[in-house]
Amino acid sequence: MSDTDRSKATKGGLAKGDLAIAVGVVLLGLIAGWQTILIPQSAYAAVGPRAFAWATAVMLVGMGLLLVKDAVTGGWSHESDEFGEVDWQGGLWLAAGLIANIALIETLGFILTSTLLFICTAKAFGSIKLTRDALIGFALAFVAYVGFDRILGYKIGSGLIERLL
Amino acid sequence: MSTFGHLMNGFAIALQPMNLLWAFVGVTVGTAIGVLPGLGPALTIALLLPITYKVDPTAAMILFAGIYYGAMYGGSTTSILLNTPGESATIVTSLEGNKMAKKGRAGAALATAAIGSFVAGTIGTIGITFLAEPVVNLALKFGPADYFCLMVLSFVTVSAVLGNSAVRGVTALAVGIFLGMIGIDNQTGQARFTFGLAELYDGINVIVVAVGLFAVGETLYLAFQKSSKNNDDEVIEVKDSVMMSKEDWSRSWKPWLRGSFIGFPIGAMPAGGAEIPTFLSYYTEKKLSKHPEEFGHGAIEGVAGPEAANNASAAGVLVPMLALGLPTSATAAIMLSAFQSYNINPGPQLFATKPELVWGLIASLYIGNVMLLVLNLPLVGLWVKILRIPTPLLYGGILVFATIGTFGISRSVIDLMLLYTMGLMGFFMRRYDFPTAPVIIGMILGPLAEQNFRQAMTISQGDMSVFLTRPLSASLLLLAVLALFGPKLWGMMRRKG
Repeated sequence: MSDTDRSKATKGGLAKGDLAIAVGVVLLGLIAGWQTILIPQSAYAAVGPRAFAWATAVMLVGMGLLLVKDAVTGGWSHESDEFGEVDWQGGLWLAAGLIANIALIETLGFILTSTLLFICTAKAFGSIKLTRDALIGFALAFVAYVGFDRILGYKIGSGLIERLL
Repeated sequence: MSTFGHLMNGFAIALQPMNLLWAFVGVTVGTAIGVLPGLGPALTIALLLPITYKVDPTAAMILFAGIYYGAMYGGSTTSILLNTPGESATIVTSLEGNKMAKKGRAGAALATAAIGSFVAGTIGTIGITFLAEPVVNLALKFGPADYFCLMVLSFVTVSAVLGNSAVRGVTALAVGIFLGMIGIDNQTGQARFTFGLAELYDGINVIVVAVGLFAVGETLYLAFQKSSKNNDDEVIEVKDSVMMSKEDWSRSWKPWLRGSFIGFPIGAMPAGGAEIPTFLSYYTEKKLSKHPEEFGHGAIEGVAGPEAANNASAAGVLVPMLALGLPTSATAAIMLSAFQSYNINPGPQLFATKPELVWGLIASLYIGNVMLLVLNLPLVGLWVKILRIPTPLLYGGILVFATIGTFGISRSVIDLMLLYTMGLMGFFMRRYDFPTAPVIIGMILGPLAEQNFRQAMTISQGDMSVFLTRPLSASLLLLAVLALFGPKLWGMMRRKG
């Protein structure tokens, strides 16, 4: 990129989102460093278990700092920004479905929580046909359970409906 | 035994009814997921990894390879009819293919894509057949130090050279190496990066990471995006028959061949990358075409060439994967982890210890290609129907399968939380333009690189210079340095001169 391109693309200044990501990468590197210190030294090998762990930490911190530099000089994400406006309602429906899945899967079982997750996801993508979504979600979860758990030998566990099968 | 003899034995294995069935299931599932936007072969193979506990390795690898090849065919249907490329390697196809479809020539575009894929897939498979053994013979001379340097080279190319930004690519790679580091170090038995959690001692399953990044991440991204809902991208109807006129044929066959010979070598290099050959092929065809004015308005050469390049490079990627144990794409990395779950290590020894597996797999690629031609020419209408699945139902289904692929193998809610954490990471990576494939490659290849590094250092008794004194190691490292800094230096030199 030539210098004129650059000044056209970015007006300098701080890109907040990019900076948050960059700082996150630095933090991840510091966490890696902290975890590396906790690895006991090993006297037996030419290269112990710490060497690559250090390298990872250094790489993350180094890249994170380069990203910080990018972020305070205009950032990068606007160059390919195709995200546009945020749809909070949709996103929160999906988040609710995912959290419900974590909270309920052990008590209700896979089939019922998956139906719920299916409904929430459909809602997140703007569906208004609740009955259709519930029926299709249930049928899909049911068929998937039988196929994967009973035929392919996955262990999806039990639940309210699974117990009856 | 000669290559030909090996291949014939391979056909004897691949033509067994059960293996034919696995290949058929693979190419069918592969085409379907290739057609569906937002799903890719890496994700699908990850979801199906647990069947490696159930079926024998040959059957599983035939299934996975079928999915891999099938997805390449299916992806072109989507980019022609919907103009939302399923994956980065089919972006170029949509440039001309979608224009052709809008002009009512969807059938011809689909036909040249399918036949071109067949030609390129077959040439690519022939390439694998005859290139595998020389590469194996070369690889047998590799010591741990050379392997380590080869992996460094491929780290550099997959993260720093292929993406939009070297810094973001290397960051993604480092995150992958971080994830691969979690668990017990298999040489000293020390726990690393486990935060004191016993659940992490066995490491993080690659399924959780791949499904989280690709499926949950993509779903979160679209759910939080307003513009994804008022998406009125109509599926273009196929009005003409899926056939090519005489003129189409004469304008397509050379691009198919050129695309194949551009795609295969680039795919087979330890660098990988399917986008570069498609772009190269596109610009080659544009330059050589007798109708350059048609480019941008639906030139058939612009579909035929890049589609062939895409499929040939997909075949090429299998050469370093099988012969060196070196995955250069996310899909190849996950296939490698499938081998690992059988305690099989791809690489030169595999050809000696498990010839029936390797050659059965290669033979099944020939068969799969024929199946795919049939599935994608006369039956294309079926796949168009799949394209019409409403988005809410599609992503609902994807998340249900994501649950099966993670909770369904461990019955652990912690894995489910980890899955959604990876999904969140995938969301931010997509939002902030980080490539995701280096995460998977780093996770699988990182531990292998470390193992080779430590072996090399044990052999050299801790002498680091071993990486510089071995000619092979030194030249691989030099290539890596050139790949990392070469483009920048070149740019600086040009600005001065």
